[in-house]
Amino acid sequence: MSDHPLLELRGVSKSFGSVQALTDVDFEVRAGEVMALVGDNGAGKSTLIKCVAGIHGMDDGQLLFDGSPATIHGPKDAAKLGIEIVYQDLALCDNLDVVQNMYLGREERNWFHRLRESPMEAKTSETLRSLAVTTIRSIRQPVATLSGGQRQSVAVARAVMWNSQLVILDEPTAALGVSQTEQVLELVKRLAEQGLAVVLISHNLHDIFEVATRITVLRLGRDIGVYERATTTQEEVVHAITAGIPTKVAGIAGTGNGAPA
Amino acid sequence: MSAGAAAFSVEPEPQSYAERLRTNVRTGNLGSTPVLVALGLVVLYFGLTADNFFTPLNFSNLIGQMTGTCLLAYGVVFVLLIGEIDLSIGFVSGVGGMIAALLQQPDPLGPGLPGWLCIVIALACTTAIGLFQGSIVALILVPSFVVTLAGLLIWQGVIQLELPGVVTIQDNTINNVYGYFFSDTGGWIIGVAVSAVYVALTLGGAFAGRRHGIAIRDPALLAGRLIVVPAITLLTVSICNKDRGVPFALLLVVVMLLVLTFLAKRTTFGRHVYAVGGNAEAARRAGINVARIRILVFMISGFMAGLGGVVLASRLQSVDLNAGGSTLLIDAIAAAVIGGTSLFGGRGEIRNALIGAALIATIANGMNTKGWENAIIYVVTGGILLLAVTFDTIVRRIQIKAGR
Repeated sequence: MSDHPLLELRGVSKSFGSVQALTDVDFEVRAGEVMALVGDNGAGKSTLIKCVAGIHGMDDGQLLFDGSPATIHGPKDAAKLGIEIVYQDLALCDNLDVVQNMYLGREERNWFHRLRESPMEAKTSETLRSLAVTTIRSIRQPVATLSGGQRQSVAVARAVMWNSQLVILDEPTAALGVSQTEQVLELVKRLAEQGLAVVLISHNLHDIFEVATRITVLRLGRDIGVYERATTTQEEVVHAITAGIPTKVAGIAGTGNGAPA
Repeated sequence: MSAGAAAFSVEPEPQSYAERLRTNVRTGNLGSTPVLVALGLVVLYFGLTADNFFTPLNFSNLIGQMTGTCLLAYGVVFVLLIGEIDLSIGFVSGVGGMIAALLQQPDPLGPGLPGWLCIVIALACTTAIGLFQGSIVALILVPSFVVTLAGLLIWQGVIQLELPGVVTIQDNTINNVYGYFFSDTGGWIIGVAVSAVYVALTLGGAFAGRRHGIAIRDPALLAGRLIVVPAITLLTVSICNKDRGVPFALLLVVVMLLVLTFLAKRTTFGRHVYAVGGNAEAARRAGINVARIRILVFMISGFMAGLGGVVLASRLQSVDLNAGGSTLLIDAIAAAVIGGTSLFGGRGEIRNALIGAALIATIANGMNTKGWENAIIYVVTGGILLLAVTFDTIVRRIQIKAGR
C-alpha cells in the first residue's frame, strides 16, 4: 500500500436545484484495498460516484488522483486516469455480443476506422479466462442471452481489461443468487489482491464485511465516518447508516458519536 | 491460463444445425429468414399463376420498380437501428430530384449545369436536410417522429413552391442513372467483380480470425454463402442480359448495399450506431458521442433519400409536383421493417432493406401482371407490414425472456 490514497475527495458538495445531494464529503481509497461505500437510499452514494465518473460536475470540492489534483469532465477523462465504473444497471448493450460490449467506445481499429475484430476477440477471451468467473459459452453471443451473473461478469471484466487502477462497483451483487454473489465477491477480492483500488457500493453488510478493508458511511449527503472492518461491528455500521451524526474527523477515529466539526 | 480455461471456451460449440436453429428461435435471432421464405413463396405463386411474370423483361422492370424504394430503405435501416424514425424521406427524395432537374435545365430556364454536378449538389442538399433535422433531434431532443413529420409537410410545400409544374430532364448523365444498361460483357464483368469483392471480404474476415487463433465459426454456412451469393449475382446478370442488360441502377443498389453494410458492420461508426440503438445510456457512458451518431445517421438518411430521388427522377426523365409522394415513404419504411429491421432499435441489417423492397415490389409487380387493382396491392402490402411488425414485437419479447 502506498502512503497517499489513490483517489481522494475533499469537501465535495453537489446540489440539484434546491436538493442538496452532497455536503462537504470527504472520501478516499488506497491501492490494494476494498473500500465499501454504504448508506441508506438517498444518502448520496450514486451522486458521489457520478462525480468521480465525470457524469456530474462537483459544485465544490477537490479531487486528487494519485496525490495530484485532477479534473474529470466525462467518462473519457475518468478512463484516461484509470478509473472504471461498473454501474448497477451494468450499462451493457443487449443487442451487442460480449466482445462488442467489452470494447464499446474503445474499439480497436485501423486507419480506415475498420474494426479489428480478431485481436478484440482474442483479448476478450484472455481477460475472461484470467478472471475465471464465467461460464459463458460463446463470447459472440448477444448479451441479451446471458444470465444476470454472466452479465455482471462481463461488466466487471470490461472494467478491469483496461489496466485500470480504480474500479468502482455499484451494487454488483444486488440481482444475483447465492453462488453468483460468492463468485463476484471472490472477484472483488482478487482485484484488490492484484493491487487495484476497489470501491464497493452495497446495501448488503454481510457482503461488505466479507470483502471490504474499510467502510465509508454516508448519511443524508454527508460523510459519517470511515470504519476499519477489523475493528468495527455490523451494529456500529448500521447505527452510523441510520442515525450517524456527521463529523469532519476523517480516518479511523470516526465512531459516529463525535460532534459536528 | 489458470483454472478458468476449462469453464470457458472460444471454440465454436459443436452444435447441429437443428440445435442452432432452436437456439435462434428461442432467442429471437431469426434475421431475414422468414422474409426470404415469404419472397420465395410469392415468386413461386406468381410464377405459376401469372403468364408474363417469369420473363426477362418483367425481371428487368421489377428491378426498376424497386431501386428507388430500396435506396431510401437503406437509409431507413440506419434510422431504425438507432431507434428513431424519418418520415420526411419521401419528400426529401422529391427535393433531391427537383434540385437535379432544375439545375440541369438549359438557359433560359435554368443554369444548365453538367449532370454530374447537378447530382452532387442535389445529394449535398438532401444530406444537409438530414443534418438539419438530425440536429434538432439529437441536440434539442425533439422526438424524431415530430421533427420529420414537420419535414414531410415542409419539403412537400417546398416542392410545390419551387417547381413550375413538370420539369423535363434532358441531361444524359442524369437520365442514364436509371436508363443506362451495360453491354452483355460489361454485365458479366460487373457480376464477376461483385462476386469477387464479396468472396474476398467474407474470406478476409474469416482468415484474419484464424491468424489470431480463432476458429472459423459455421464453416458450412460460410461455404454456403460463398456459393449462393455469387450464384445469385451471376444468375441475375444472365437474366438481365436476356433483356436490355444489367441496369446501372441495379449496380448502384448493389454497390450501396456493400458500402453501407461495410459501414454498419465493420467500422467503429457502425458499431456505435448499433450501440446507441441497443442502449443509448450505455453508449454515452462508454464515451460515445451519441448526438454525433444520431446526426450522422439522419445525414445518411437524407443522402440515401436524395440518391433515391435522383434515380426516380431519372426513371421518369422528369420531375413533377408529385415527386416523392404517393406510397414511396410507406414503401421504404415497410421494406426495412418487413426485411427484419426492428422498430425498437439495435437490430437489423442493411440487406433487410433490399429483401423487403424486393418483396414489396414483387407483390405489386405480380398483382399488376395478373391485372389486379392497386387497392388490393395496398391491402396485401399493409397486411404483410402488420405481420412483420407483430412478429418483431413478439421476437423482442422472446429475446427479453431468454435473457433471464
